[in-house]
Amino acid sequence: MANLKPTPRTTPAPAAAAHARQFDLARDSLRDLNAFLHRRAAAEGVTLVQISNPDGAHSIACGLNSALDVHIHGHVGYYAAGMNKSASVTVHGNAGPGVAENMMSGRVHIRGFASTAAGASAHGGLLIIDGDASLRCGISLKGGDIVVGGGVGSFSAFMAQAGRMVICGDAEDALGDSLYEAVIYVRGKVRSLGADARFEPMTDADRATVTDLLALSGMDHDAAEFKRVASARSLYHWNADTDQEY
Amino acid sequence: MTAIKKEESAGFDRQTIDYIQRAAASGLYEIRGLGAKRRVPNFDDLLFLAASLSRYPLEGYRERCATKTVLGTRHATRPVELAIPITIAGMSFGALSARVKESLGRAATEVGTSTTTGDGGMTPEERDSSKILVYQCLPSRYGFNPDDVRRADAIEIVIGQGAKPGGGGMLLGQKVNPRVARMRTLPQGVDQRSASRHPDWTGPDDLVIKIKELREITDWEKPIYVKVGATRVFNDVKLAVHAGADVVVVDGMQGGTAATQTVFIEHVGIPTLAALRQAVDALEDLNMRGTVQLIISGGIRSGADVAKALAMGADAVAIGQGVLFALGCNSDTYVEGNQHLSAAQDYARLGTAPGYCHHCHTGQCPVGVTTQDPLLELRLDPAVGAKRLKNYLKTVNMELTTIARACGKQDVHHLEKEDLVALTVEAAAMAAIPLAGTSWIPGR
Repeated sequence: MANLKPTPRTTPAPAAAAHARQFDLARDSLRDLNAFLHRRAAAEGVTLVQISNPDGAHSIACGLNSALDVHIHGHVGYYAAGMNKSASVTVHGNAGPGVAENMMSGRVHIRGFASTAAGASAHGGLLIIDGDASLRCGISLKGGDIVVGGGVGSFSAFMAQAGRMVICGDAEDALGDSLYEAVIYVRGKVRSLGADARFEPMTDADRATVTDLLALSGMDHDAAEFKRVASARSLYHWNADTDQEY
Repeated sequence: MTAIKKEESAGFDRQTIDYIQRAAASGLYEIRGLGAKRRVPNFDDLLFLAASLSRYPLEGYRERCATKTVLGTRHATRPVELAIPITIAGMSFGALSARVKESLGRAATEVGTSTTTGDGGMTPEERDSSKILVYQCLPSRYGFNPDDVRRADAIEIVIGQGAKPGGGGMLLGQKVNPRVARMRTLPQGVDQRSASRHPDWTGPDDLVIKIKELREITDWEKPIYVKVGATRVFNDVKLAVHAGADVVVVDGMQGGTAATQTVFIEHVGIPTLAALRQAVDALEDLNMRGTVQLIISGGIRSGADVAKALAMGADAVAIGQGVLFALGCNSDTYVEGNQHLSAAQDYARLGTAPGYCHHCHTGQCPVGVTTQDPLLELRLDPAVGAKRLKNYLKTVNMELTTIARACGKQDVHHLEKEDLVALTVEAAAMAAIPLAGTSWIPGR
């Protein structure tokens, strides 16, 4: 578990500047917010958006497709920053399932904990979770990078195809089950590896990768403390020797 | 000389013995393409009661019979409008070549209907050639991206497929060429597995939220379809409707596949006929007929099939295998220039012959339909494919309107179950249509 204090409830500063806009989800509708983020923000020259009172609403700031800087002050429900492209989204709180799912690029930062399937199927970009991530973190990962300050739940990186995952804490069962070409770096204990996942020696390139990703995420650990998990590639081809692994 | 007595076992016939011995030799189950080959109750087991004294027909060759079909009227601000109720089912780039996908798009556009992507994402050829393109959101999410979500005309969340409900998918390595591998973010040549579960949601309550996310991303413009493989259809359709689907697609067990275990194709799921009845029952139970549209697929071949499906309560059908056969699948020949060249030797190399081939999984399609091989795919010229498919769809639609007119309908969507009778007890029970010459519906 990450040694993380409860995320303080932050309050956005008044958005006086022309490039800034503020939404209060206690008053404004989610549909208006997302429509603004998708269509009007760029046209009106807005680059900074502060959102207060999310109160666990789902799909906040999903489908963004421009270089916005979005701050959500509070906890979010499912699919926050889903399918993100180009934007930077910071959640000053915890995130529900599927945060940053299918992210293509940009940066999503969860200052608290993340629920299941964080970063599922992300094709690109960087997802940072300061606390722990629950089950299936990085499932089906397709090229994004995920850095988790705490631990991850079971079946994380299941069928992960490409991209990198840095886990500063522990991993639960079946880490990296049916991995393709994604690589996982774990600092803590691994309860068990999934089918076809194996530990491999860390190279200089691996250590450099971990150092870079930690620096980008604002985390301070020694890359030498991490282990590398990758695919043994024994399930890449359908054959009789795989003993029903297919 | 004593005559050889050939007494074949019903339980262990030659086909079964061959299966056992092949399994014993290889230690692997068979994977193949296309759909179920066993006979199951189907639309052939229904007949129309056309007009006579108690009904008044329309003039068969003259009078207008509308076929316009609108899908996605429940929540989407931009529903899909089709000229005919016959759509092209989702088939992947990977299973099919880019040239074939282009053929589908061109033909669909010419007749005013939609085509559908598949596992592996959306190709530019497909998008550019298709006026109306449905974009599938599958468990694998191969190639799935927000730009294509916004480029699509509708989104179809795929829960399952009739040929393999609950089974995920497999694209064997010989079809994972550099372009397919790149689109799916996988190493070239791997036997690629498609997951059976979505990565970011796990049940009907989650699906409600997933659908809303897609609506938010598309600003509530595009219809959201939910596709299920036919198993527990009554409950699945109700759950899909509760989850917020605009359109439910039900794919019966006769539906095709590019590569699935034979045991799955032949033994899992229920026939399209039974599935359609249950789907309509579910919509009626929820008072949602007309609000949520229903597309039925799985073994639809002809205008008669379409007419029967509509009469039973479907709003539209989706055709997959019929489309492939129209392009030339299982044909003796392929076209090069203006010449028809024999593909017999290529079929023989696969150990099969025209009319029997189901070797889509090998990527060695003798007529260039289900292949990624750079030479074989040239055997299907997109223009030739589009023309054939356009003709087929046009024919099916003409058959549909012919039957509708004979039943006295000015609109094919006015066909109703009272226009049908069943030929067999099984079909009567599954379709809840009275046995011909009686008013008896078994079990009702």
